[in-house]
Amino acid sequence: MAMSRDEIFREIQEVLIDALGVDDDEVTVEATLMGDLGAESIDFLDVVFRLEKAFGIKIQREELFPAESLMSNPEFISNGKLTEKGLAELKEKMPHTDTAAFESDPDINKLGDLFTVGAILNYLEGKLNAA
Amino acid sequence: MRWIWIDKFVEFESGKKAVALKNVTLAEEHLHDHFPGFPVMPECLMIEAMAQTAGILVGQARDFKEKVILAKIKKVVFFDYVKPGDTIKLEAEIESIAPEAASIGGKITRNEKLIAEIDLMFSHIDQNLAGKDFPEENFVFGSGDDGSVFESLIRDAVSRGSCNPEPN
Repeated sequence: MAMSRDEIFREIQEVLIDALGVDDDEVTVEATLMGDLGAESIDFLDVVFRLEKAFGIKIQREELFPAESLMSNPEFISNGKLTEKGLAELKEKMPHTDTAAFESDPDINKLGDLFTVGAILNYLEGKLNAA
Repeated sequence: MRWIWIDKFVEFESGKKAVALKNVTLAEEHLHDHFPGFPVMPECLMIEAMAQTAGILVGQARDFKEKVILAKIKKVVFFDYVKPGDTIKLEAEIESIAPEAASIGGKITRNEKLIAEIDLMFSHIDQNLAGKDFPEENFVFGSGDDGSVFESLIRDAVSRGSCNPEPN
């Protein structure tokens, strides 16, 4: 069943309102899950479970939120920043995410800003239309 | 010693569903203060009872090898008081379970009347996102004699023929 980008967004919005206790006007495409919507690590899993249910699909957590595998690999991090290799890996693992702004200052503390509502939207749009 | 806040399981379907009972008695000292002249079961202790029912269900689904920690109260709504002499029935169902965590939906009833809806998330903390290490010993479910408390709680339900202890 094909869903339009708008329909997918509305479904994601519902999921985030329930999972994070936020208002509908806070859930914009640009909003970051951690910074703007106050998500903690367990919330990411809650969101994944709820998205699976809402869309009737299986989601590999590393596929949607692959950052932790980067964080634990010393080859990818140096002086609190992602290395060239790390950036390449990030781009490969997160094709659904706009990494341009992050690349100019790849501080790992800002990695959380990559998890936006838009990234989930892009990911799901790709996944649902491929199926 | 373990603080077990439920009395017995009456149904146990591995990886799917558990139903436990808790009898509430005026011998529980906190009821004398909560509240003087109007003893009612504290709502936080209803959440605890559900967390134990669901936590054991989630733990058993992985053969008590994971350290299962209550990580999030997704939703809780209370509809009525619970008083001394009441028996409450706690039903927990696994909605999702993954290597890192599990999500459950729960409800509490008394004689079929809905008392509370409680949805929880549990973390398997050794599989945590931050890659933190925890002590090897399973401080949640224990081992040997300590762990047998949980096994025996479930075994009682098995012996009444009301459950299926084998993971599916």
